[in-house]
Amino acid sequence: MQSPVGAAVSEPPATPGPVVALKGLTKRFPGVIANNNVSAQIFPGEVHVLLGENGAGKSTLVGMLSGLQQPDQGHIEIGGARVTVTSPRHALSLGIGTVFQHSMLVPSLSVVDNFTLGGTWWKRPDREGQAARIVETAARLGLRVDPFALVSTLSLGERQQVEILRALMRGSRCLILDEATAMLTPHEAVSLGELMRRLVAEGLAIIFITHKLNEALAYGDRISVLRLGKNAGEIGPQELRAQTDAGNTARIIALMFGAGSGSAAGEGAPRSGREPGPLVLEVAGLTAGAGRIPLQNATFSVHRGEILGLAGIDGNGQKELAEALSGQVPSAGSVRLNGREIGGMTVGGRRAAGLRYVTDDRLGEGTVGAFPVAVNFLLKEIGSTPFWQKGLEKPQAIRAQAEEHVKNFDIRTPGVQTPVGKLSGGNIQKVLLARELTGSAEAVIFAKPTYGLDVQNIRATRDRIREAAEAGKAVLLISTDLDELLELADRIAVIDRGRIRGIVDNDARARDAIGRLMSAGEEP
Amino acid sequence: MSDVSLPVAGGKSGGKPGRDWLWMLALLIGPLLAALALGGLILLAMGVNPLSYYAFVVERSILRPSGLEATLTRMGPLLLIAASLIVAFRAGIWNLGGDGQFLLAAVMVAAMTPLMHEAGMPVWLVLVTGLLTGAVIGAAWSVLPALLKAFQGINEIITTLMMSFLGVSFANVLVKLAFLDPATTTPQTRTLPVEARLPRLFDTTVSSGLLIGLVVVVLVHLMMTRTAFGMRLRVVGANPRAAVHAGLSVPKLTIAVFAISAALAGLSGAVDILGTQGNVRADWNPAYSLTVVPLVFLARLNGFGSIAYVFLFSALTIGGESAARRLGVPSFFSLVIVALLLITLGLAEYADKRRRARARQ
Repeated sequence: MQSPVGAAVSEPPATPGPVVALKGLTKRFPGVIANNNVSAQIFPGEVHVLLGENGAGKSTLVGMLSGLQQPDQGHIEIGGARVTVTSPRHALSLGIGTVFQHSMLVPSLSVVDNFTLGGTWWKRPDREGQAARIVETAARLGLRVDPFALVSTLSLGERQQVEILRALMRGSRCLILDEATAMLTPHEAVSLGELMRRLVAEGLAIIFITHKLNEALAYGDRISVLRLGKNAGEIGPQELRAQTDAGNTARIIALMFGAGSGSAAGEGAPRSGREPGPLVLEVAGLTAGAGRIPLQNATFSVHRGEILGLAGIDGNGQKELAEALSGQVPSAGSVRLNGREIGGMTVGGRRAAGLRYVTDDRLGEGTVGAFPVAVNFLLKEIGSTPFWQKGLEKPQAIRAQAEEHVKNFDIRTPGVQTPVGKLSGGNIQKVLLARELTGSAEAVIFAKPTYGLDVQNIRATRDRIREAAEAGKAVLLISTDLDELLELADRIAVIDRGRIRGIVDNDARARDAIGRLMSAGEEP
Repeated sequence: MSDVSLPVAGGKSGGKPGRDWLWMLALLIGPLLAALALGGLILLAMGVNPLSYYAFVVERSILRPSGLEATLTRMGPLLLIAASLIVAFRAGIWNLGGDGQFLLAAVMVAAMTPLMHEAGMPVWLVLVTGLLTGAVIGAAWSVLPALLKAFQGINEIITTLMMSFLGVSFANVLVKLAFLDPATTTPQTRTLPVEARLPRLFDTTVSSGLLIGLVVVVLVHLMMTRTAFGMRLRVVGANPRAAVHAGLSVPKLTIAVFAISAALAGLSGAVDILGTQGNVRADWNPAYSLTVVPLVFLARLNGFGSIAYVFLFSALTIGGESAARRLGVPSFFSLVIVALLLITLGLAEYADKRRRARARQ
């Protein structure tokens, strides 16, 4: 059990070569480019933070590094030699150890048994010797691990330490921590940060994947930002040290939201400056505790014909807000539509009153994949006339409506009886848009409407959103793409950790103002 | 719910239409022939000539008028069980407690109707009350699993199975202690006289239970495929999160599904007593529900397909019971055939999927 920690480099050489280098990795999935020409170099003695939002392509990158997936283009170099990582076991033999977000330990076994699991099957495992090595290595890293404790009795933070220990003792030179702090308490997250610092001090390379800015700044030596599957930029150690935290934060937010992408001006001028119509949607003190991020005291209003953008890093209460508004989760506070209180109504009641919700989880909850396109148009109106009469289905009416939707919304489908799950992501989104934008819609919530779509469908979807507002609907546009919000919205609200931090007009100063609201939210 | 239960239409496969047609035929007939051939090998190993066994079964269950009548009569309760399972499974609810619901309903009906008949009530009223009682008792036995599933999300497979064991035991206790017929020494309920049972169809011995079963299974099929209510149930079954998103009341629909499914299982018990059995002997448990589960899956939860499979199974059991007496093959050999059919149909489905995947490439 040769450990690189044992052969600690007390003083790393002046310019060490990278342990691992990613060279132009590209990975495609049906309809999506998860990674597009991503390159990065991982140096020993550094915590290299991979920062990006959900869906930015971090997990795919980890998958390729740990041998779970193969790149379509590009390659990986380890110690300067080009390799093809075929499996997690192979990755480990190359010195890449991965600690996944969810524990990969067997909870009903003791720590030492988890360590000996991968051993030769016909040999009796040397439990005592292994236990001694665990205690020894743990002590050197300043950890306390009882090798004979059952994994199920350990806290999540302790389990993670055990996994890190296991990766090290199997000879890792490069350790990947995938969303390692997502499941930890704040205190455990801090001790993980300290452990990372001790490990790199011994010459290890760490890839720390996160979408949390403050952690990236606190523990990272080098920060690479991924955006929509591409390298958005990298901040090296010197640069990182030279700037203040606030300066770095602003820089990273700019990278994550694509300020430097050049297309910042966007097509079509910002829509602000128009005369606002009467109030349509008024939300006051909306609070919902059911989700992962509790929504606290959200207050805002949307006028007729107005698009209110909601900016924020993904997973900060956007989904909770949308579900509380649509009535899918219980909530407290007031929601008024055209002056009428709808906060106590069911999902169906709110829809009947004119509130529509275009979900971002298109196949998970937006549609029933195995059902025909025609039925999915009517999913929220089962039993309504003229499609059903006295509870009996009227196939001609259903088919006629479906064919009209397919024509009006340019849905590419073999037929209206095709199961909706067989369509591409962009066409499934068009099915949802057709369903939510027709009929008596007064206010429409769009949740990440262009997420995962290709350029053409992004264009088409944004046009629909603009048309909806121009037709006099009040629009709440939830997006993690600042350019999209700057292009479409009249005003932009910023959400962070379940609270709305402020609302700004979409004018020339909006980008900076939003950046400030977001980074202010980072401080406790 | 598993995708095996979704009869998705419109799946286009490559190749020429003529060859596709042949392939479809092979998919339908092939597994049946393969199952019979495998069953034949087992019979050979048991020292029985498979051809004479199969010929005997067909002769006794279909070709002979009395056999055919017995086959059709047995279909009545089985069809009602099939309807019960189709409603539940299509809505994604695994009601596996049909046996308890069936038997408790049967015992209550068997205890009640002979007394009503003795009291001089008209036959039609006895029968209607008996059928309704069966349905209500069956539904009542599903209240607990229904509430636990609807409001606590407790797995209904476990709760319905547990309630089924309780129901079967409770039914036996009732027969032995409360509803014992004082006129006989064997532990059983009073017997409903033949003239007070469900009328026979035309000049045959076929019970009109068959008619009830056929009507109900067709109605259930139409309800699930042609009505708004059935569509709501199917949405809940296919994607519960989409049901919440679409504003359907999942708890209410869940309770409705349990009520309908269990009531049909109870109705099946009532039809079996009122049409065929006339009484319940202690320790009697035909376990129709768990037997019919594979049949409705073979029929892909399609009502009309279920009628065909129930007929096949009914014939197999009636013929198999005769064969057991004459050829010494145990009567549960019909279950072996059903099991083999499940395996061969599964393999055929796998082959079909592979072929479609190849056609796409």
